[in-house]
Amino acid sequence: MDTMRCAADTPAPLGAAKDGASESAMLKDKIKVLKKLYPHARSVLLPALYAAQQLYGWLSEDALEEVSRLTGVSPAEVKGVVTFYSLFKTRPLGRNVIYLCTNVACLIMGADTLEDFLHNTYSLSNGETTADGRFSLVIMECIGACDKAPAMLVNDDCHFNISMDNIREILDNYK
Amino acid sequence: MKNVILRNIENPNSHRIEEYIKAGGYFAIEHAVNEMTPRDIIDDIKKSGLRGRGGAGFLTGTKWQFASLDPKFPKYIVCNADEGEPGTFKDRVILERNPHQLIEGMVIAAYALQSIRGYIYVRAEYPHVEKILNEAIKEAYDKGFLGNDIMSKHFRFNLSVHRGAGAYICGEETALINSLEGRRGEPRIKPPFPVNAGAWAKPTIVNNVETFANIPYIIETSPKAYSFLGTKDSPGTKLFCVSGAVNNPGVYELPLGTPLREIIYEHCGGIRGGRALKGVIPGGLSTSILTPDKIDCPMDFANLSKHGSMLGSGAIIVLDDTTCIVKIYERAMRFFEHESCGKCTPCREGTGWMRTILGRIEDGMADMEDLATLEDAALNVAGKTFCPLGEGAAHVLLSAMKHYRGEFEYHVKYKKCEVTDPSQRWGHLSMGELD
Repeated sequence: MDTMRCAADTPAPLGAAKDGASESAMLKDKIKVLKKLYPHARSVLLPALYAAQQLYGWLSEDALEEVSRLTGVSPAEVKGVVTFYSLFKTRPLGRNVIYLCTNVACLIMGADTLEDFLHNTYSLSNGETTADGRFSLVIMECIGACDKAPAMLVNDDCHFNISMDNIREILDNYK
Repeated sequence: MKNVILRNIENPNSHRIEEYIKAGGYFAIEHAVNEMTPRDIIDDIKKSGLRGRGGAGFLTGTKWQFASLDPKFPKYIVCNADEGEPGTFKDRVILERNPHQLIEGMVIAAYALQSIRGYIYVRAEYPHVEKILNEAIKEAYDKGFLGNDIMSKHFRFNLSVHRGAGAYICGEETALINSLEGRRGEPRIKPPFPVNAGAWAKPTIVNNVETFANIPYIIETSPKAYSFLGTKDSPGTKLFCVSGAVNNPGVYELPLGTPLREIIYEHCGGIRGGRALKGVIPGGLSTSILTPDKIDCPMDFANLSKHGSMLGSGAIIVLDDTTCIVKIYERAMRFFEHESCGKCTPCREGTGWMRTILGRIEDGMADMEDLATLEDAALNVAGKTFCPLGEGAAHVLLSAMKHYRGEFEYHVKYKKCEVTDPSQRWGHLSMGELD
């Protein structure tokens, strides 16, 4: 069962794979390790999807099929799960993903003006990617930074107290 | 006042195990394992009167007792760190700054329930928290507070982090369990309750981060000492996370029962720019709005219920007189529609209906009949949904329409907002003008 010492199971960077075959092998090994965290093999599905997303950048039909094969969960169910959650990438996104919170606490502090700014400056609307592939925009529900609203994540970085004065400066750091 | 949950918080390295131990951490688990039986612990938690801090306020000791009385094995300990209720950021402080207090609380729970396996379900919106937790868990393994022979007492408990993937509904405990099992995060029918058939159909307790963080204090002092904090019905301290139109937004640890006025005007320095208060959402977006005349309400489970709202997660969103209530609830309904899991019809369809009509009102395209339809839609969602999500969506709208009826009617009648000068809203000013 689950007696494995499973601390610090953050996936080590999977590194750059050279070809499809070695990528598949890496994913297979990774999922094998992750399976040990759960008493039933199918419960590995969410971590397995994250591992595939980290490896391939997004979850294509092929990637989903591979995850299905490696986890033993049927393809239909994998699809059902992946489309339920909003943070699995089922299509390729830009190099940098802006996750802008527009929920009530951020709205009160002017998140709607930031949304307009992104639209006017980069022609970005929710779910879209800039033509040069630099940014994608995902409008978020609350990201738990309401005391420093408006807030956003860019990739894995948190940015707080954003305003029309500093948003451009922040985004300039992401090429 | 003594900090129970945020102890040692001024220490910049409070997240490291050495600092936590220096501040008296992991004393409670030693005391528990060496001098108490699992039953003593459950009795102590019951006596303390601790109520769950996730929103529902269920008695923690009673929950643990139910799970411990179920003979099925193994039992699971799950921490709900899927803090998704809009306005809530209190668990984030514990996870970032005091992760060992959470882990210690979980290990004590594991000893009390003779559980061998635990999971911390963290929301994907906190990517850095997962790293902090994994480091903290590793430190706890190295010091022998987790593992297969905890403190050489033949007590084993293994713990790992499970990352969510962006779904508010997974904060509901049965939806969380489905998500932990690798399924769509749809809520399950209750009964059976998770204490009897939770994760992998085994007895499971799901507790909020803040609830677990209270446990070490209760064990290392006494249930009596704990119940002296707060009120009789709601003992202990609470993390209140205040956002919106106040001078000093942030997380404040205060005894339960602290009046809302004291929180806003003393701890948070009053309303920004000295403006007038328009309303307060006291426990996260799913709790009904309070009008300014209720500002003396003590913030605890019983008193907020009396005022037609809920303590919820303790997320206080303060609205000043520049805020348009219609706009707030149009956005709120967009949230509920987006986060509805789609399992039951009243919630899936109802939230969409309500959002559409609210959008028409906000955009000045509505007539008076729309107000009646909106109310009717809300009344047909309330009490008819599978889980509290749809219920909450309908109730918060109904209470906003009741208390701010005039503002809704103004929008319909004059096709614009009653808030006199929208250009004076905070977001439209630059930071320089704010000071």
